[in-house]
Amino acid sequence: MSDRVPILRIGQVLLVSIQIDLEDQTVLDLQDDLAERIVATGAGGVVIDITALEIVDSFVGRMLANTAAISRMLDAETVVVGMRPAVAITLVELGLSLGGVRTALTLDKGLALLERDRTARTARP
Amino acid sequence: MTGHEVEQEETVPITSNDDVVRARQTVRTYAQQCGLSLVDQTKLVTAASELARNTLVYGGGGRMRCAAVRRAGRVGVHAVFEDRGPGIPDLDLALTDGWTSGGGLGLGLSGARRLVDDFDLHSEPATGTRVSVTKWKR
Amino acid sequence: MAVEHASERLVELLSRDDALQDQWVDAVAATLGGRISRAELERELTDLYQALTQALGKGGLDWRGEDYSEVRALLVEMSRTRARHGFTPTETAVSVFACKDVLAPTTDSTAEDITAYLQLTRLLDALGLFTIETYARAREEIISAQAEQLLELSTPVVKLWEGVVAVPLVGTLDSARTQVVMEKLLQSLVDSESEHAIIDITGVPAVDTEVAQHLLKTVVAARLMGAECTISGIRPQIAQTLVALGVQFGDIVTKATLADALRHVLHRSGAQQPAAPSTAGGDR
Repeated sequence: MSDRVPILRIGQVLLVSIQIDLEDQTVLDLQDDLAERIVATGAGGVVIDITALEIVDSFVGRMLANTAAISRMLDAETVVVGMRPAVAITLVELGLSLGGVRTALTLDKGLALLERDRTARTARP
Repeated sequence: MTGHEVEQEETVPITSNDDVVRARQTVRTYAQQCGLSLVDQTKLVTAASELARNTLVYGGGGRMRCAAVRRAGRVGVHAVFEDRGPGIPDLDLALTDGWTSGGGLGLGLSGARRLVDDFDLHSEPATGTRVSVTKWKR
Repeated sequence: MAVEHASERLVELLSRDDALQDQWVDAVAATLGGRISRAELERELTDLYQALTQALGKGGLDWRGEDYSEVRALLVEMSRTRARHGFTPTETAVSVFACKDVLAPTTDSTAEDITAYLQLTRLLDALGLFTIETYARAREEIISAQAEQLLELSTPVVKLWEGVVAVPLVGTLDSARTQVVMEKLLQSLVDSESEHAIIDITGVPAVDTEVAQHLLKTVVAARLMGAECTISGIRPQIAQTLVALGVQFGDIVTKATLADALRHVLHRSGAQQPAAPSTAGGDR
């Protein structure tokens, strides 16, 4: 019934760009879809772009933290990019620190972060 | 009750996930009209999102009334969330970080309280819960 | 005597003689010491006088009523102008109170006139207080507007290096100012795509718990956005206060000086470092 957020694949990375005010069910669907796509594609990284999000409440925050934890279990690293200052300030006030979620200022920097990780991991014996 | 003048008011029913989105959009419109700073808008809308979800999930649905208000020369946005659900047995406990009765993070009530200027919680077992919040323009 | 009669009688008394208005203007002018031109004052008070007479004629003595809306509007305008021009509350309210003297009873006043006069003084007292309240509100607005301007001026966010921004904080930090600075800093991280921020508090004489909390929250918020903050220039007294207050900076990087902080940041980001001065500080 509800819309689903599209998941794009660029090489080894899955890219999700959240463009609309999300309904709770859509948030849960996204979490499920991502887990499935990670396994199906063998992706090594996930980038969630929240530049367009005007708020992140505890529900969305929890989805971000869960997705990061789930993807790590499936051997993929998650980076959340583009969080607005007002959103970050609000999350801190709300008491949500998104422990375990890696973040980057922009999509570019997020992708670079995953790339650095990958080379570091492959360099290791 | 809180001694402010109501200038404009709107009621949004909260009976589905859709309505939670609608409630926060309504609050955002009011916050913008009232001239709250971007950060304050974001804080208020986030609080509204938490409270609307509580109304739906724990209160079994209800409604939100949102209003532009004025008190002592200050303008602000006031939102009241009401349900006729089971109520909250222990208010102090419910306002503690991390307490939850339904699988959430337990930040809804306590977090929402930190995001607004005025916070008022009324709840009676079996008759329902009413949470009113106000954010004033700085 | 009924109140309606009092207001009717007052209208008669006030309209009786044009000299009354002049007397009022004279009385007010004397208190303002020539800081408002006579012509301006005359215009102001004539309007008010007419509005007051009309209101009395129509609506009796209830100054909150619809009939007094013109009077109130004029008083609001007057108080605001006075507040902006730096007049004291007394100087503002006296413009209203001086109107009493105009009709002050004399030895040949009738009992009715005296009753009417008493009603007038009550009305003018209420209007005078209303004037003071409006004045106070106008002053508050002016003060908060100035405070806002000051905030804008006193919170520069500067770019120190490619990918490094800094806020040198100078002066006393209160909660409101800290919040504004922090919002500006976070926004500048986005605007300049900088992954590092340095908050330098060398010029801050004191920090209380609340301000320290704001600093901490900013660092956490910056991390959520994908940037790192370094705090530099914590003075010994401030460090002592913070410890005494039980504030802990946890894993937040702190450096003694802005230069140390910049060196640390550049080292971390692996950027080309400026040639280190020949001191032991240049660790690599």
